[in-house]
Amino acid sequence: MKYFGQAMILFHDVSKVYRIGENEVRALDHANMRIDRGEFVSVIGPSGSGKSTLMNIIGCLDLASEGEYFLEGQPIEDYSESELAKIRNKKIGFIFQDFNLLVKMTAYENVELPLIYQRLPARQRREQVEDALSRVGLWERRDHRPTELSGGQQQRVAIARALATHPSLFLADEPTGNLDQKTGRELMDIFHELHEAGSTIVLITHDAHVAKEASRSIKILDGHVGDIKSRDEIEEVV
Amino acid sequence: MILQSVKMAWASVISNKMRSFLTMLGIIIGVMALVVLVSIADGATNEVTDAISSMGTNLLTVTISDDGGNPVRLSEMDDILALDDVSEAAPVGTDSLTLSSGEESETGSVTGTTADYLDIEGLELSAGRWLNSSDVDSNTRVVIINQDTAYDILGVTFTTDAIDQTIDIAGIPYTVVGVLAEDDSVTSSASSYEAYIPYTSLERISSTVSDVTSFVVAASDDSRLDAAEKSVETWLYDRFGDEDAYDVTNMSEVADTMDSVTNTMALMLGGIAAISLLVGGIGIMNIMLVSVTERTREIGIRKAIGAGAGSILAQFLIESLMLSLMGDALGVASSWIALRIIAAVTGSSYTMDGKVVLAATAFSLVIGVVFGLYPARKAAKKNPIDALHFSG
Repeated sequence: MKYFGQAMILFHDVSKVYRIGENEVRALDHANMRIDRGEFVSVIGPSGSGKSTLMNIIGCLDLASEGEYFLEGQPIEDYSESELAKIRNKKIGFIFQDFNLLVKMTAYENVELPLIYQRLPARQRREQVEDALSRVGLWERRDHRPTELSGGQQQRVAIARALATHPSLFLADEPTGNLDQKTGRELMDIFHELHEAGSTIVLITHDAHVAKEASRSIKILDGHVGDIKSRDEIEEVV
Repeated sequence: MILQSVKMAWASVISNKMRSFLTMLGIIIGVMALVVLVSIADGATNEVTDAISSMGTNLLTVTISDDGGNPVRLSEMDDILALDDVSEAAPVGTDSLTLSSGEESETGSVTGTTADYLDIEGLELSAGRWLNSSDVDSNTRVVIINQDTAYDILGVTFTTDAIDQTIDIAGIPYTVVGVLAEDDSVTSSASSYEAYIPYTSLERISSTVSDVTSFVVAASDDSRLDAAEKSVETWLYDRFGDEDAYDVTNMSEVADTMDSVTNTMALMLGGIAAISLLVGGIGIMNIMLVSVTERTREIGIRKAIGAGAGSILAQFLIESLMLSLMGDALGVASSWIALRIIAAVTGSSYTMDGKVVLAATAFSLVIGVVFGLYPARKAAKKNPIDALHFSG
């Protein structure tokens, strides 16, 4: 009987195996990990360490080959792509390094899109979009297209889009990677605000400074995941 | 969700108007070809079948081209009447003569015949009576005219007013005893003047008509027409001994043949046009495949934020349907314009055949689905992780 309690994410011996001919490549190798509700955790590792694979599995974009993954107590088993999409829609708020907004849509429409896939009625969608855009301070820019917004503003719209569905978990992949120092700082402040409001945030990065922003760090190297005890360790990982 | 998918599809279609229009062009042309060609074919066949039916269909028409010095006399009509399966027979002679009354004078077609003619040809009277046997025997100067003659030459308002009036045929006064009812099967708008007098009377006033060179025969029953044809042919062969001297035409066979010929023609034209519609469909599939590849990243994003495969499939399939149905609508509108232009230029009236429009629309719908399904499924099956990294 597994203990869930406050666990948002629970990895039990998770591996991701790719077979190339006769060779076996383990992008993730027997990973064990636990992240509780309300935690702000950073996952740090160099490129090629398997952190993308880790994010894909946490975010239900991919399925583990071995082991078990529990998201909010729900086992993510051999679900079909459609079922995974539903889980992503309801529980995960993604923030990508290159924003990934739809360029032909306005900020408003971008934030609204996941709510449309949730089949919410129009009035409720409007409420949630307004709420989300206001929280990142971009309600006045709601009719602008991504090309009319700065990098920092685009990333904030992306955060609003993640916010709008009231997800259980925010999953950010190098969110400040394409931003300058100052804008990056502003963005991290928003993450802190979200955290203080009770959200669970997992932030994946290769940047030690960014990793230190979180309350706790997990390191990953060659598919192996381990906790980081002291903050000095963070520097050594990268 | 369907409404949202429609909105998304629409946004995509109008975001690149030129490309969308060029894609639709294949369908537009295909639909135009189908609707215009079949409508014209229909119009042409209608004119032909009208002409045939105006000549009567359940009768035999006999023409004697070479009487070998032994012409058929009017009295021999009785011999024909006596044949098996023949119920009525009437000689037909026609000449083009002047019809006049007072100031009005027109050239008309004057037909000499007998009492059976009315029934054989399936004509109806709107006033008065037809020829009877005593008219023929005494060759009285009586005439039955058609409506145009009554209105235009005699100048009456009601056909009944024409009865007992006098009309001159080639200068000779005849008394009107009947007026024919308008023939609904003939759709021409031009006026024509017709007069029907006893055969014996026409023989007297016409320079061209003397002995019987042409007559019409009706069978006792429509089903006996072929049998009557045989009886008449036997009689003619016995009479002349040379098959080339005469010709027997079975009008109902002619009508049937015309029917199947025109149907075949319409089907052929329709088939050719349908092929061009098919090519239009291939164009749609081509563009949709390009579109799916171009929008790989977009598909990845949509899937990441929660679009299921079904939503993606619906979105792209609706887009393809939108292209084919809009193409169909524009094609139908263009066909209507094209038909009006053709009608104005050629003078014939061609109406858009509603059945063909329906067929074209149904076909466009099917094309939209069939040719849109493959690209839509490709889009729906894209792996979100790979799609997100696609830089295209």
